[in-house]
Amino acid sequence: MSGNVVLADNGVVSAGISGNCFTRNMKNLSDKSMHFFVGLAALLGLWWLAIYIVTLDPANSTFAEFAPLSAVQALPELWQDGTIPDALESTGYRLGTGLFLAILIGVPIGILMGQVRWFQRLTNVPFQFMRMISPLSWEPIAVVVFAGWNEAIVFLIAIAAVWPIAFATASGLAKVDPAWFKVARNLGARPWQMVSRIILPAIMFDVITGIRLALGVAWIVVIPAEFLGVSSGFGYAIQDARESLEYANLMAMILMIGVVGFVLDTICVMLIKRFSWHRG
Amino acid sequence: MAIRGTEIKIQGLTHRYTPRSPLTFNHIDLASPPGEALAIIGRSGCGKSTLLHILAGIHKPTEGRVLLDGTAITAPSPRWVMMFQAPHLFPWMTVSQNVGVGLSFGRWSKQKTEDRVKEAIKLVELEAWADNNVQDLSGGQQQRVALARSLVMEPELLLLDEPFSALDAFTRSSLQKDVRSIAKRKGFNIVFVTHDIDEAVIMGDRAVIMAGSPGNIVHELDIDLPDPRDRTDPSVQALRTRLMTMFQEAANYKKPESATLA
Repeated sequence: MSGNVVLADNGVVSAGISGNCFTRNMKNLSDKSMHFFVGLAALLGLWWLAIYIVTLDPANSTFAEFAPLSAVQALPELWQDGTIPDALESTGYRLGTGLFLAILIGVPIGILMGQVRWFQRLTNVPFQFMRMISPLSWEPIAVVVFAGWNEAIVFLIAIAAVWPIAFATASGLAKVDPAWFKVARNLGARPWQMVSRIILPAIMFDVITGIRLALGVAWIVVIPAEFLGVSSGFGYAIQDARESLEYANLMAMILMIGVVGFVLDTICVMLIKRFSWHRG
Repeated sequence: MAIRGTEIKIQGLTHRYTPRSPLTFNHIDLASPPGEALAIIGRSGCGKSTLLHILAGIHKPTEGRVLLDGTAITAPSPRWVMMFQAPHLFPWMTVSQNVGVGLSFGRWSKQKTEDRVKEAIKLVELEAWADNNVQDLSGGQQQRVALARSLVMEPELLLLDEPFSALDAFTRSSLQKDVRSIAKRKGFNIVFVTHDIDEAVIMGDRAVIMAGSPGNIVHELDIDLPDPRDRTDPSVQALRTRLMTMFQEAANYKKPESATLA
């Protein structure tokens, strides 16, 4: 987790006044965007090269459709015929609902873990144990318990996402200066103000860092979870493309999975920066 | 900001942390008239800090009570505000937000809050920093913010627990003078705990010395000096020497009964 925090902090640009700062920031920015594009180009290059080498053997010619160009070319049509928007909506709904539930359950659990000593001691082993169970292994049980596959998938995402959020919230609370409560109480804070004005802003950074980790796990879980039982979403779409041998579409959807995940993660990083008050 | 002081009466105050732990102090009586700046001096472990926490309503006494204008202190209140050794500012807020945080807990109009915050920031001379994050400030400036955050509540009593001991000598000396002059202008009471004789002489109207275990008040001295007080002034020096002598006497203080037991 610490690795992620460092990553988030790296991008923090402090407000500078001197003119020198402006040119330095601009240089930073152009450096950054250059690295961004070079890295992306290298990835595409390797992808292309791999397919090129594989298709050197005429027996593997069907693999040509896996190449970057065919994948990118397949995107406009997948967008227009509604495949991508539908997948975004279905998968987005499942991911959003699951994450929302995970936050709703994970943050209070984390606050209890961070604030109430006996609760932390009591739950540490069970929670660490549950955390190590692959979320997908709940699938057979979820399918039996829940009426529909949709609900089962939402449950899988929630159970995957709840642990990083709970543990990050707890570790955020552990860093809260107890004197803040003493000061706030002395200045007349009521219990709910203690939560809304002191605890939440103090741990917001850690909570969102937890949500970022949770999102990463949830995004990984939601795709295979959609392989079974449902007929919508990105997981279904790549499965469907494989069965109908539309390899360009398959790669296009995989590309989209990467893009969406990247965008969601970037949003989290921006939120983390927004709520970070820690100075290096 | 028009602040008024309060009459403090400490009556038969006894404290122990748990029923089994030894007495922190035993049956302390002490009174302070409205507007007085009272220094409590003593070595660490004499219970002076605990006494201050009871005055703030943070700890409860085992026996006895503290009255402010006749009302017993039982819990923290913005009417009696405590300042700690460290500023303990809220690092996600600006200077103004930190200063106004106590008002935001109550039901104050936006305009009134703004006016009060502005005045408090002016009082501690941090106008130029009002919109900065508090982490941009030096240690002394941060302690000024903590002072403004307390003053904005217009307390009748300001309690200070070695508030400047973590600062460098120059910052400390200027803050000591500022706190005294603000308190005298506004008329509120100060009770401060220190092990620094200079601080007591520069800031206090009266000093009591606590010593022993369980702690007790063993000496008392009026610091009857004109303002502003200067460390190099001979009358200040003379009082300092007297207080120092008392302090050293107190260091050898043993309760009579414990002496007979030994």
